[in-house]
Amino acid sequence: MAQAVADHPVTEQSGTNYINAQRGILSWLLTVDHKRIGLMYLVSTTIAFALGGFFALMLRLELLTPRKTFMDAATYNQAFTLHGAIMVFLFIIPAIPGALGNFVLPIMLGAKDVAFPKLNLLSLYLYWTGAIFTLSSLVTGGLDTGWTFYVPYSATTGTAVVKVTLGVFIIGFSSILTGLNFIVTVHKLRAPGVSWFRLPLLVWALYATSVVQILATPVLGITLVLLMMERVLHIGIFDPTLGGDPVLFQHFFWFYSHPAVYIMILPGMGIISEIIAVHAKRRIFGYKAIAFSSMAIALIGFLVWGHHMFVAGQSQLAATIFSFLTFLVAIPSGVKVFNWLLTLWRGSISYRTPMLFALAFMFLFTIGGLTGLFLGMLSVDMHLHDTYFVVAHFHYVMMGGTVVAFIGGLHHWWPKITGKLYSEKLGAASAALIFIGFNATFFPQFILGARGMPRRYYNYLDQFQPLHQFSTVGSWIIGLGMLVVLYNLLSSLRSGASAPSNPWGGRSLEWQTASPPVTENFEVAPKVTHGPYDFSTESQ
Amino acid sequence: MSTAETTARGGEQPALSPQFHVAHHFDSADTQFDAGRMGIWLFLVTEVLLFGGLFCAFAIFRSWYFDSFVEAHHHLDKVMGAINTVVLITSSLTMALAVRSAQQSKKELTAILLALTLACAATFLCIKYVEYSHKFHEGLLPGKWFSAVGFHTAHPGVFFAIYFMMTGIHGLHVVIGMILISWILKRTMKGEFSSRYYAPVEGVGLYWHLVDLIWIYLFPLLYLVG
Amino acid sequence: MIAPETAPSHEPIHQGTFWLPKASSTLAPGVDHAWDVVMWVSVFFFVIVIGTMAYFMWKYRRRTDKDETSTVDHSAKLEITWTILPLVIVMGLFFVGLSGFMNASVAPSDSYEVQVTGERWLWTFIYPNGAISPSRLVVPKGKPVRMVMSSKDVIHSFYVPEFRIKRDVIPGQYTSIWFEATEVGKYTLECAEYCGTGHSDMLATIEVMEPEQFKQWLESAGGDKSLPPAKRGEALFNKWQCSACHALDGSRKVGPSFKGLYGREETMSDGRVIKADENYLRESILLSNAKIVKGYDPVMPIFKDMLKDDDVNDLIAFIKEQK
Ligand code: HEA
Ligand code: HEA
Ligand code: HEC
Ligand code: CUA
Ligand SMILES: [Cu+2]
Repeated sequence: MAQAVADHPVTEQSGTNYINAQRGILSWLLTVDHKRIGLMYLVSTTIAFALGGFFALMLRLELLTPRKTFMDAATYNQAFTLHGAIMVFLFIIPAIPGALGNFVLPIMLGAKDVAFPKLNLLSLYLYWTGAIFTLSSLVTGGLDTGWTFYVPYSATTGTAVVKVTLGVFIIGFSSILTGLNFIVTVHKLRAPGVSWFRLPLLVWALYATSVVQILATPVLGITLVLLMMERVLHIGIFDPTLGGDPVLFQHFFWFYSHPAVYIMILPGMGIISEIIAVHAKRRIFGYKAIAFSSMAIALIGFLVWGHHMFVAGQSQLAATIFSFLTFLVAIPSGVKVFNWLLTLWRGSISYRTPMLFALAFMFLFTIGGLTGLFLGMLSVDMHLHDTYFVVAHFHYVMMGGTVVAFIGGLHHWWPKITGKLYSEKLGAASAALIFIGFNATFFPQFILGARGMPRRYYNYLDQFQPLHQFSTVGSWIIGLGMLVVLYNLLSSLRSGASAPSNPWGGRSLEWQTASPPVTENFEVAPKVTHGPYDFSTESQ
Repeated sequence: MSTAETTARGGEQPALSPQFHVAHHFDSADTQFDAGRMGIWLFLVTEVLLFGGLFCAFAIFRSWYFDSFVEAHHHLDKVMGAINTVVLITSSLTMALAVRSAQQSKKELTAILLALTLACAATFLCIKYVEYSHKFHEGLLPGKWFSAVGFHTAHPGVFFAIYFMMTGIHGLHVVIGMILISWILKRTMKGEFSSRYYAPVEGVGLYWHLVDLIWIYLFPLLYLVG
Repeated sequence: MIAPETAPSHEPIHQGTFWLPKASSTLAPGVDHAWDVVMWVSVFFFVIVIGTMAYFMWKYRRRTDKDETSTVDHSAKLEITWTILPLVIVMGLFFVGLSGFMNASVAPSDSYEVQVTGERWLWTFIYPNGAISPSRLVVPKGKPVRMVMSSKDVIHSFYVPEFRIKRDVIPGQYTSIWFEATEVGKYTLECAEYCGTGHSDMLATIEVMEPEQFKQWLESAGGDKSLPPAKRGEALFNKWQCSACHALDGSRKVGPSFKGLYGREETMSDGRVIKADENYLRESILLSNAKIVKGYDPVMPIFKDMLKDDDVNDLIAFIKEQK
């Protein structure tokens, strides 16, 4: 199916590339090559995803019946907490910037590496260190606070809160370093001819993400420090019995964690822009609108955190303002969706695996985003807050949005990263399984939530059982789909055909170098004379 | 950037900073220098936000417990705080001069100025130590540990929680700053810096100014206004 | 785990439309109206986006590798349309949502006030006349009732799906919410803020009565004196949600089972061994943190201010029967 449409003669498979340039475990652990670091991020975050997914399948299994199915309430609480915390902090936030971003961003700019390669490696090591702290809680008492660590519960529970918060704190540094690195790289390392408006939209998206990472993460850091102090020393900043304010913690937490949801989605949106343009072989529609909407989302995203606390005892005035701003932040997302649609218009759409995932993204993200509007409405949120409706909303945007985009992007750049082609048949099958399984799992949760099923419930009223069972079965279909993805990609390493340098006919720089690229990305320093989506000049 | 400056930094003066190479992925020493400087500034932004959170907490609790904050802040030692402010401002000055002399390739002067900066930092910490031990002694501790008597307002422990968190984290930054200064001091003595290459000195300098700047906000807020 | 036979039975949530439970308070129609509006707005946009996408997917599928594609790459008119139009619509949504919320936040001045305490994992309702009712909120129909709520430990949240109201219950602060029930019947109150292992069992029943009936209930709110003590104890055991933490069949829940408890030798967390006699049971119930049974956390509520002497005696009588 895939055919080479390379428009620059590149030395195909000249023998050495970044993977086989050096050998031995140390050549990986001490590398400063952004591609190798990206690959290590890919492996690490995938493991985290599988672990988070394992907890998800377990907690879904427990919800087959009300009351006990096979674990007790305390175990269940740990399952959803670790599921949420691992998915958010160890997987979705670092995954796209760390793995795909690290790999393609410098190549897209025509650079040899990121601005601070050693810092890049440090960031990976910090991620590992943080992950070890976080996961050590698994064997030392677990964690049962929910991924939100609300006080006073988190200040009093007997589980390993300090270990996990320390881990998350360290991962925060990793996230800051990645963001800082990307910003400087985009500013300083663009090849000749790569002007700001010739940046691929993934680069714009990662740039906007980095801005959020830099501005939001420190506040999470200080919040976690205060929480640890509260727990260890009882300093009384959050503890109401000592005069502290538990709601202040929520403000701090969401000041980070709402922008963090845009850290999660923006890179995914960037991937979608790339995939849709390349696989519809059409100049992207509304380039500037998409680029600026990324920045708009990043900035307005800082002003809406209070929508997680409409019923948490903040003042009416604050709630009103936050609701108003929440609606504003929905507009730039809409702008993106409409521009993607028009990119399909009079395009030449090929249904290869990345495009299938991108189309699934469009479907799922639209549902996820629109249900965000329900939650942004003050009175409706009063009914829906902390119910399964919220759970469904955020899985539609995080799993249906970001994760689906991530998997799509992984397929899109897989030939570039590994030099191998995977089976399109299995790719299509996995996309279908994940799409169907996902809707089966999470659509019923909208119904559950609207009907009054609170989240984080181990036990539930008997009337909710049929929908829960449906959802659980759906989660197995997702799991199956993920296994197909894994099998397809891994088996391509052994038996896949060699990938040409430009299997999909892309126009941005990463397609102008060999697959896999050489250590410093380009044999000849690139000079760019056209935009990243300039398919019309292809015939030259 | 003027051409004169460019040659000063990137020009061919092999005798200066011989071990300095432009990293492989930069096209020139200038780009590398600019990138480094931009990195430092971005890092400083994260620091500002980190303390920003604490300043917010301070503002909120102050409005909640206004009387208690006013009462509690009288227990801070204004004189020591003021001395410390002067000490830190001095250290900022010596740091700025050190950066300047590094740019002029004056190795010995740079080393002396850096050492002076270190001395100021150490003085600051010593005074802070004295202050802290008084507080410990009087039971003016955060939250649960607060045991001082004679307070007329509720929850004076909150003020001290904020005080200890803010000054504690600031103190940690001072310690980190001292480590960084020692590091560039050592490199200065080895003759690694010159008008051709002084980026680390400048970077540490910027960091140090930020640490001072934060104290310049902390001092009036905690000691004078309360 | 909670064995089905000891789990306090709860009212099902009555279904109204496909999506929403029955609307049983005066606030509910406002919320449901907002729901309908945002639902149709969403369906509208969903159909436009996905409909267009499906059409393009078919119409512009790749035919040959040489397909010419359009080079039209922007349209200021379109960009403005799909910025302004949604903007106008979401501003509408904002106002629709705002009015319902404001209604819920400001209680009518003639509201009947009930004090609500949340604690792990028990709701307690205290009436103006001093009557205490655990796990059961009885209110008159057609009269606004305002809850003044506070928590004794962590954050909980007062959620009644059929009334469409929810408000967090926070330690160290008072929050409030109100409702006016429109129909006599029983409703389920759920705790909607995660509060630990008993979170999903922290339910209570709301019973809406005709006003005269409510008056009678309020006056006699004290329990039935004609039953034998152990029977009254059993009722108390369920009423105060002891059943959430204590099984009767020997299985371990949050707390130890009562089976065979009376007369047993109990090991405390400090190593002491104590025989479970009446005095020990009384102290365990009233000042639960005085002595902690080994292997358990000190999470049991302190019942000193909630149970009357008679109640404790009845509970002990009930525990003694669990052989
Ligand atoms: C990837 C992550 C992600 C993204 C992108 C979003 C996007 C949005 N979210 Fe979501 N959200 C979460 C992750 C995310 N969210 C998480 C994790 C939680 C729960 C955390 C917890 O409590 O554990 C949450 C919770 C949450 C709440 C709190 C609910 C509660 O607890 O009571 C609210 C309330 O306003 C909200 C709103 C929104 C809105 C308005 C958007 C918007 O940005 C969506 C914009 C997109 C669209 C609107 C669709 C596309 C647009 C069109 C097709 C055009 C037509 C549109 C218009 C008419 C405007 N979200
Ligand atoms: C990125 C974020 C993310 C992702 C992807 C998911 C994925 C899933 N989540 Fe998620 N979930 C959260 C973030 C996420 N979740 C958060 C933040 C919470 C809130 C926690 C809290 O309340 O504190 C939550 C809560 C939550 C609940 C509510 C629990 C409760 O309130 O009681 C439920 C219930 O159904 C659930 C189910 C699932 C399921 C079935 C999946 C499935 O989609 C999972 C599918 C994945 C797998 C099955 C893994 C299989 C992997 C392999 C086989 C390896 C192959 C690898 C590759 C191909 C790369 N989750
Ligand atoms: C929040 C959960 C919870 C609730 C509700 C609760 N208990 Fe307990 N109870 C515990 C735990 C945990 C222990 C063991 C730790 C301890 O001794 O405090 C315990 C211990 C006891 C003991 C001592 C048991 C022994 O084995 O020595 C008695 C008696 C008791 N509870 C009675 C009651 C009664 C009566 C009620 C209701 C009025 C009640 N409990 C409600 C959690 C609870
Ligand atoms: Cu109380 Cu959840
Ligand atoms: Cu949000």
